[in-house]
Amino acid sequence: MATSDAIIKITSCSKHFGPVRAIDDVSFDIARGEFFSLLGASGCGKTTLLRLLAGFEQPTKGNIFIDGQGMAGVAPNHRPTNMVFQSYAIFPHLDVRRNIGYGLRDAGLSKKELDGKIDQMLELIKLPGFGSRAAHQLSGGQRQRIALARALIKRPKVLLLDEPLGALDKKLREEMQLELRALQRNVGITFVFVTHDQEEALTMSDRIAVISQGKVLQIDTPTSLYESPNCKEVAGFIGTMNFFDGTVKSMEEANAVVDAGPLGDVRTRPFAAKLPASGASITVAIRPEKINLNPSRPSASHNVIEGRMSAAAYLGDRSHYYVAVKGRNAPIAVAAQNVNAARSWLGGQDQPVWLSWREDSVILLDR
Amino acid sequence: MTSPAPIVRQDSRIQRFFLRHEWARGYALLSPTLAVMVLAMCLPVFMLAAHSFWTQNYLTIDETFTLANYEQALGWLWGAEGAKPIYIRLLWKSMQISFGVTVTTLILAYPFAYFLAFKVRRNKNLWIILISVPFLTSYLLRVFTWKIILGFNGVINSGLMSLGIISEPLEFLLYNPTAVLIVLAHAWAAFAILPIYVSLEKIDRSLLEAATDLGDGPFRRFWRITWPLSVPGVIASGLLVFIPTVGDYVTPKLVGGTEGIMIGNIIQSQFGKANNWPLGSALSIVMAIAITIVVLIFLYVMSLGRVRAK
Repeated sequence: MATSDAIIKITSCSKHFGPVRAIDDVSFDIARGEFFSLLGASGCGKTTLLRLLAGFEQPTKGNIFIDGQGMAGVAPNHRPTNMVFQSYAIFPHLDVRRNIGYGLRDAGLSKKELDGKIDQMLELIKLPGFGSRAAHQLSGGQRQRIALARALIKRPKVLLLDEPLGALDKKLREEMQLELRALQRNVGITFVFVTHDQEEALTMSDRIAVISQGKVLQIDTPTSLYESPNCKEVAGFIGTMNFFDGTVKSMEEANAVVDAGPLGDVRTRPFAAKLPASGASITVAIRPEKINLNPSRPSASHNVIEGRMSAAAYLGDRSHYYVAVKGRNAPIAVAAQNVNAARSWLGGQDQPVWLSWREDSVILLDR
Repeated sequence: MTSPAPIVRQDSRIQRFFLRHEWARGYALLSPTLAVMVLAMCLPVFMLAAHSFWTQNYLTIDETFTLANYEQALGWLWGAEGAKPIYIRLLWKSMQISFGVTVTTLILAYPFAYFLAFKVRRNKNLWIILISVPFLTSYLLRVFTWKIILGFNGVINSGLMSLGIISEPLEFLLYNPTAVLIVLAHAWAAFAILPIYVSLEKIDRSLLEAATDLGDGPFRRFWRITWPLSVPGVIASGLLVFIPTVGDYVTPKLVGGTEGIMIGNIIQSQFGKANNWPLGSALSIVMAIAITIVVLIFLYVMSLGRVRAK
């Protein structure tokens, strides 16, 4: 993708640690002012990529450009980036003010100007009056904010965040997600955010790069990534997905009809991008929340299957159900909002149910 | 129906006592050490304190309470009749030599500990073992080795002479305070390296990366992050070297000559040739108190410095 206003350009970048290819020939751009997430399981190379941007690692091959300037051989302390570390790395021997002002020693500011800037930052992270606290007197959430302020006060062109919310409890994390997003819009700095939490990435990002084994699988907006993943791996990593192996039987008015074994014939939405050829082996994927549970056979003529309830989990706002279907080992996952009397499904183990889904809920992926 | 067998075995009264009281378990664990400490440390110190208030009567000891020994040791300070300045002067000189040893040792140990903590990636344990290798030989032997190196016909002199750099052996190498300083600094190096190493090793590497990320070059980063965070280790090392070296008598005796004599030598002679245990005891106690005062002043100044840093 060639973005005209790219702040970061990564051109066929590789990083090898001995025989391990932590980053394997990666190229993409990040636009100015974007909230960009690097998403992947632990060990996929996302943190290595972030450290390449920060300059703590040098690429084995390829180059990185930040704001048009090649970063080969540029030390971390000379890069227009700043980082929020996973451990926050708050300096334990300095108080909050000195931590936040740490990077401005060379900025040629008077004491008054510096104090003004630090106060402004304390205001921004909603910790006014915390300036004289010692590092050990801070909670995890406060440390996270101070690490953020310490990096932002330098007004970097790019802010790098290495799983900054990982150590916070769930409630605080959700709060910080929204706050961080609002802050990013506010300051207008490009954020590159590393996370293994797909929900977090979906909540916060303009675009997400899904990374696996050092390669970028897909870069897209959260909606596109969730609704039209380009491969099985992305589909499986973002959210839950039911996969069925099938063969394309025929094409009817740009709708594919796929013989999906135990599921019978599955009809899919019209395909504009690439029409699968008849007879092609293919994977059918359907999200759990896009499957309807019916107590009796619905009237639709296709995309309907009978099964038996094998397990159910009540999660408060929604419930997860697992429905066994004849001829298939793994049960089909179904998610339903508990709008009303939904709990009735929880009672009957082994009760027969009918599953149905719309044509446009079906995703076709290469096997 | 038979009565059901008890499922859990009841603990005995003693077991229950220890189970219930954390402190009892703690003291039980500590008790062997505590016994040794009480017997091997407190008792001799108590005996020393008692002796310092007694008087030597040729072969017997007069156990009536007197402060005469302390007057003899410290009396010069307030001009007591017959009190000699030698004890105070020797104590002061010992402190100076020890201070020199401490500073030298720290200056040599810090780069080594830094190297060990940050630059050695593999076989760290091997390095630590190498540091302690000199301890496999006796202290006495190590001092004698230095005599061979520094001596009139020693390694340095004969080396320099065979190279033609000097025509006559250097005489200032051995039998003076500098020789004492060199030998002690070497002998205590390991004790200085290890605490500094531990404090450096403990520093979270992400702190260093954060400092770099915020614009610091390597030297500035060292002064702003690494050094302040390793100061506790440096203080520990300094105390570990300073305290025992003040009273050392083996090294000054072997390499110090007449100039390099220290308070420890005088104390040792009181318990030996001079056969005046009470005076020796009083001098020991004066030395211990003097060291304590110096250390307390040092720690107080350090704590002031740290308060200001905040």
